Amino acid sequence: MNKVLPVLLILLAAALVAAATLHSSSLASVTTPEGAVLALLNHVKTRDAEGAYRYVAKASNTAPEDFARDVSGQEGNLRTYSALQHFDTKVLRQDDQQASIRATLEWASAVGAVYDSRDLKVVREDNTWKVVWPVQPPAKVPPQVIPVNYLRWDIVTRGDNDDWGAQNVDAPRVRIISMNPVEKDGNFILLGEIENEDTVPGFVSVAATLIGKDGQIMAQEESFDKISHVLLPKEISPFRIDFPNVRREHIQSVHMQPNAMLVPASADPVIGVMHQALQKDARGHSVLTGELVNQSGQTVNIPHVLATFYDNAGKVIWVSDGYGDQALAPQTPVAFSLGVRDDLAPQIHSYRVTVNQYSRDRVQ
Amino acid sequence: MNSLRRSLFLFFFCASGFCWAQLQVAGPLQAGSVATLQAPGSGSTTLYLFGPGGASKRPVQRGAIALSADELKTAGRYTAILDGSSTSFFVHAAKLEAISFIARPSRVPATASGAVLGSAFLFDRFQNLVLTPAPVSFRLAVEGTPGEERSVSAKDGVAWVQLNSGRRSGPAQFIAGSGEVRVRRIVQQVAADPCSLRMSARRAPDGNILVETTPIQDCSGNAVPDGTIVTFASVDAAGRSTVDARIKRGFARAELPASHSATLSVAAGVVLGNEIHWGGGQ
Repeated sequence: MNKVLPVLLILLAAALVAAATLHSSSLASVTTPEGAVLALLNHVKTRDAEGAYRYVAKASNTAPEDFARDVSGQEGNLRTYSALQHFDTKVLRQDDQQASIRATLEWASAVGAVYDSRDLKVVREDNTWKVVWPVQPPAKVPPQVIPVNYLRWDIVTRGDNDDWGAQNVDAPRVRIISMNPVEKDGNFILLGEIENEDTVPGFVSVAATLIGKDGQIMAQEESFDKISHVLLPKEISPFRIDFPNVRREHIQSVHMQPNAMLVPASADPVIGVMHQALQKDARGHSVLTGELVNQSGQTVNIPHVLATFYDNAGKVIWVSDGYGDQALAPQTPVAFSLGVRDDLAPQIHSYRVTVNQYSRDRVQ
Repeated sequence: MNSLRRSLFLFFFCASGFCWAQLQVAGPLQAGSVATLQAPGSGSTTLYLFGPGGASKRPVQRGAIALSADELKTAGRYTAILDGSSTSFFVHAAKLEAISFIARPSRVPATASGAVLGSAFLFDRFQNLVLTPAPVSFRLAVEGTPGEERSVSAKDGVAWVQLNSGRRSGPAQFIAGSGEVRVRRIVQQVAADPCSLRMSARRAPDGNILVETTPIQDCSGNAVPDGTIVTFASVDAAGRSTVDARIKRGFARAELPASHSATLSVAAGVVLGNEIHWGGGQ
């Protein structure tokens, strides 16, 4: 009996190893177009760009280093801090020589899950299936001098030894210029806009407290990343505060608390948002698309796009945001796409897009 | 411990009026000045002195007992107890020597009504609030302008004023003064919201649309500070393009994508500027 148990365990371990090997070899199988896509994405998932490149078709005309940059990130962009977490594939079309497969990718990133959907063409090459994975070569910015002499604000505050009546510099004056409570899927959501009315930059946030029918505090939340935190003078940012699982009928009142702090800041960079348009994506969902153009001379590593949607009365009806996974090289347009609630799309009369930026090497 | 108990008992007992008051202090007294406590009789005894700044106990000789300036530097009511006899006397604040001046806010838009608040607290050299009424003058002015001036009588050591900000932007000197004492604060008068925001557009060498504002000023003619956000927008068949430009040297400019026909607009905060129809219908 003493020897039976170890033997059983060894057999079980061997069986598990064999099962795992069989499983991965089935994923790696390229006898089908979907198998090729699965094999490629499995290698991407394990951060094996070299292994994944073996499944890239020559027709892609993609160099190995460009492919590696595309799946592993470059220049400190969001993809650099991401890992492919999960993916689904769906065969759209298939014949003997080529197929079209939709891959829905979920990347785990420093700012939460990032979703991506690609319609991949798979072709038969050398008696096996390979994925056409075109990659835009990195934009070459011509050597030039881009004069940047925007402002910077520094702060000198009151010293510890000053008299109690001595003057200090006030926090910037900010104001919530609109607010709209909505309910969506059992969640209570506060939408609105906040303006820095002052002549100095400020770090702003918006907090909200829900008071229940019994006069007690039900919940407190902050806008977190659904806001541009650093606002330059006269800059307006949307904000969105989500209260999960809170029903509107249980709320008696809402207390809004805009907070502002004086912070050192720079007026650089300027990011233009070009060719914004509301349209339908390949799956028929509403999306807001456009291009971001970094008009300054330094790379912006992670752009964060915030969109405010208004109805025909000018009321904010939704705020959505998304992080771009490509860095913004100077003067180079980079496309973005933001999901829009399909049920709201017919009500959207106008919208405004602003861009936050996170730059690794920039001194604030 | 027993000594402290005895002191407290004497203090409350005598403060209740049970002591036979035969002690005298010549008044009125000022903080930081010496005084003499007249105690009839002779021989040594113990003086207990209670005041707003603390309590003391010391052996003294009956007769003219000197109270030092250090013992009387805090203004307020004092009680002296000597062998079961007590007297109370009041020490007033000394001459005004310092003003604690609170000026709010540190930045204010030009021509804002009642937007600047100044509160002056009058103190002597021992940090006693000077309670006697004293005229306090307040003056708020940017250099080279007449500014606004007001004189207020301090009540209970405090004088305050609410002033309008001036028309011109710049660092305004906000001065509170009484007698020889002057305290200065700086209130930065800044431009108010932009007034009549206007832009022009021309074609850039690369075909894009170059938009530029005229000098951006508030309604009093003050230049809106550099760094203020001005949003340029272009709407054409390809969609909407926006650039949040910063005012630089009084102007804001941006490059919008090339278009055959577009509507260009400009805004700063909640202030809208003019609109230009670019291209076919220009």
